[in-house]
Amino acid sequence: MAMAMMIRNAAASRRAMTPISGDFGGGLRSMSSWWKSVEPAPKDPILGVTEAFLADPSPDKVNVGVGAYRDDNGKPVVLDCVREAERRLAGSTFMEYLPMGGSAKMVDLTLKLAYGDDSEFIKDKRIAAIQTLSGTGACRLFADFQKRFCPGSQIYIPVPTWSNHHNIWRDAEVPQKTYHYYHPETKGLDFSALMDDVKNAPDGSFFLLHACAHNPTGVDPTEEQWREISQLFKAKSHFAFFDMAYQGFASGDPARDAKSIRIFLEDGHHIGISQSYAKNMGLYGQRVGCLSVLCEDAKQAVSVKSQLQQLARPMYSNPPLHGAQLVSTILEDPELKSLWLKEVKVMADRIIGMRTTLRESLEKLGSPLSWEHVTKQIGMFCYSGLTPEQVDRLTSEYHIYMTRNGRISMAGVTTGNVGYLANAIHEVTKSS
Amino acid sequence: MTSSEFSSSSSSSSSSPSDRRIGALLRHLTAATDSDNLSSVYASPTSGVSGGSVFAHLVQAPEDPILGVTVAYNKDPSPVKLNLGVGAYRTEEGKPLVLNVVRKAEQQLINDRTRIKEYLPIVGLVEFNKLSAKLILGADSPAIRENRVTTVECLSGTGSLRVGGEFLAKHYHQKTIYITQPTWGNHPKIFTLAGLTVKTYRYYDPSTRGLNFQGLIEDLGAATPGSIVLLHACAHNPTGVDPTIQQWEQIRQLMRSKGLMPFFDSAYQGFASGSLDTDAKPIRMFVADGGECLVAQSYAKNMGLYGERVGALSIVCKSSDVAGKVESQLKLVIRPMYSSPPIHGASIVAVILRDRNLFNEWTLELKAMADRIISMRKQLFEALRARGTPGDWSHIIKQIGMFTFTGLNPAQVSYMTKEYHIYMTSDGRISMAGLSSKTVPHLADAIHAVATKAV
Repeated sequence: MAMAMMIRNAAASRRAMTPISGDFGGGLRSMSSWWKSVEPAPKDPILGVTEAFLADPSPDKVNVGVGAYRDDNGKPVVLDCVREAERRLAGSTFMEYLPMGGSAKMVDLTLKLAYGDDSEFIKDKRIAAIQTLSGTGACRLFADFQKRFCPGSQIYIPVPTWSNHHNIWRDAEVPQKTYHYYHPETKGLDFSALMDDVKNAPDGSFFLLHACAHNPTGVDPTEEQWREISQLFKAKSHFAFFDMAYQGFASGDPARDAKSIRIFLEDGHHIGISQSYAKNMGLYGQRVGCLSVLCEDAKQAVSVKSQLQQLARPMYSNPPLHGAQLVSTILEDPELKSLWLKEVKVMADRIIGMRTTLRESLEKLGSPLSWEHVTKQIGMFCYSGLTPEQVDRLTSEYHIYMTRNGRISMAGVTTGNVGYLANAIHEVTKSS
Repeated sequence: MTSSEFSSSSSSSSSSPSDRRIGALLRHLTAATDSDNLSSVYASPTSGVSGGSVFAHLVQAPEDPILGVTVAYNKDPSPVKLNLGVGAYRTEEGKPLVLNVVRKAEQQLINDRTRIKEYLPIVGLVEFNKLSAKLILGADSPAIRENRVTTVECLSGTGSLRVGGEFLAKHYHQKTIYITQPTWGNHPKIFTLAGLTVKTYRYYDPSTRGLNFQGLIEDLGAATPGSIVLLHACAHNPTGVDPTIQQWEQIRQLMRSKGLMPFFDSAYQGFASGSLDTDAKPIRMFVADGGECLVAQSYAKNMGLYGERVGALSIVCKSSDVAGKVESQLKLVIRPMYSSPPIHGASIVAVILRDRNLFNEWTLELKAMADRIISMRKQLFEALRARGTPGDWSHIIKQIGMFTFTGLNPAQVSYMTKEYHIYMTSDGRISMAGLSSKTVPHLADAIHAVATKAV
């Protein structure tokens, strides 16, 4: 444990004290810093893991921390459809500001993915939508929007969730409540407790839902359960905000992964959606996403969009161009889009394959525990059930890096390291 | 109660899926506490299909005063229309410009097949951050040598100001920021949303169309000690009026004596005078005295990277230890806003700044842009003189940077838009970058018209 902390701290400590020198004039030498009382902030629990991993010199080290896809050689991947799109964009003469709402073309294509190619809502122009800084940016703008226009409202967030969700709504100053989601005993969904919480929330509450491939647990409601949730939401007039960061990545089929959203749309909910291309197009660093809010009619959609833009303007004025151009180039060309769909399926299939291999490896090692959840859970992450202490042992003894909640990024598992990983997990859990 | 209980009680094959669902829902609701009431089962009037949106009360927001100008311009079918609204550079042919060095940098990036586009760290591209700090503070800056500067990549100038503002609202002891009167329209919104209280200090003198230095000194002198002061590093937006170096020195002394925190907005380094070092001088004066400050940098104009949203926030601190802590807290501001900044634009900038040849080529392209703008100023001034337009128009050549604060009032601006199809913000600010030798006469005619009519 001490070693794990040391490695983490080594990544954190960066600067030695140096004496101040130079002529200041105006009596400034005696003034101390305005920032004296600024405390060092804790490391981000997710991104700090990769920092620690990078600082580790061990040749055996394995990073199953941050959710970025790796191929079977453990290498990051730039999709072929993206490379081709880059090639086509090279030499572009356009580098001007996008409108505040971003690329209209990119937004249009993105809405089709979530709402369906033939969505009546798109045809009727009922969706207020803007390009955002990936999923984080979409969630943050929605939170700010919620604060401004439904000031008394709270947001219900599942337990557990992506840790940054809490930061986002906190910085937007929207009070948070939680609802039951993960069932530690079954390592599955605590459906009845979830429904209780939905029922007991005041009518008209705002709920954050993971559309598919729940982060960090990988536990998704079944289609039947989604339908029941939707019905209860109707009875309670709740607002459903979907964070969809893994469309296509979960099952390999984007339409299938959007099922929860389609159910809510069929049932008549006016939902909000955050979409991200970070994982499913491998555009992580480009920060491309979309926020949409389904409205009563086209007029209202115009109003809502204008207000969303008012929140984006004092944050970054208008969103970045390059990533949006990549998305548009890919999705508007049938060949490139088809290539993309193939590549998404390859990524999803590789992860599904690794789940099977990891589970079988653990079972072969004679683990006393059940590892059924490894193949039942879906998407990039596996909620292993490992305790923080066991995670620390994995890091200090085996140089395996994951977040302390026991979340394993399956994208980081390869045929090359799955045996090592299974063995290490077995070693730290066999006496459980 | 587990979900298996639902499915076992709804085994009747004669009921439809939705009946079974409602049935399951009813059982779920009624099996709860005594205080539960069946009336909660029925859909409330505001729900779902028949219900309205929770956002039904929204009204449409007004157009952004600056970006709205381009929207209106785009709608105008007139062949002589002229867009002098948003500050984006145009060539003599009226075309947007992608710099040669940017093209080269992009090509380099594309040809590098080993490049991966994963998440940047929260602070952004580290090499870009270091190079940006050097660019604005000077390669020999003592603050950089002493490791006292923390720099984070942000979304252009706007993003840098917002992140800096939020950091100040969370960690600085004074929550008031003073901004110039007038200033870029987005400044007050940025800082208000960041959580600061916004006040103004006098800056522009309409009677001279120059700096109201007396008013500036009085207002900053009267500010609560410790307050934050937003300073335009060069090429003040919208007025184009900059303090002289001597005036900057007085401002610096006054601010340091009252512990006022300088927050520089540097959106035009190199664009104003044509020299990167000259345009950074006011900032470097403040840093040279050993004190602390914030600097927001934008590469939108000086590298023509507008849409890629490239910028940096630097905070100059008293010690490297403090700088480290400040950086860690900046990350907590950024993570819940957008997690990490975009990679593309920053990568282009890094390629250019790190390569001696590309850097030199950039300085030449930058000077060419600045020179063209200066030339437009001269041409417009001459054109008005040639027409005998009444009034003193010397401010056109005295002001600096992309914009000229013409002194025209909203009614005059409106007339020029309607009759001459010339688009500018209603405060009379024109973007000199949008002019060319061909269009100067049209603009001069329009100004002449409103100056001689009772508009």
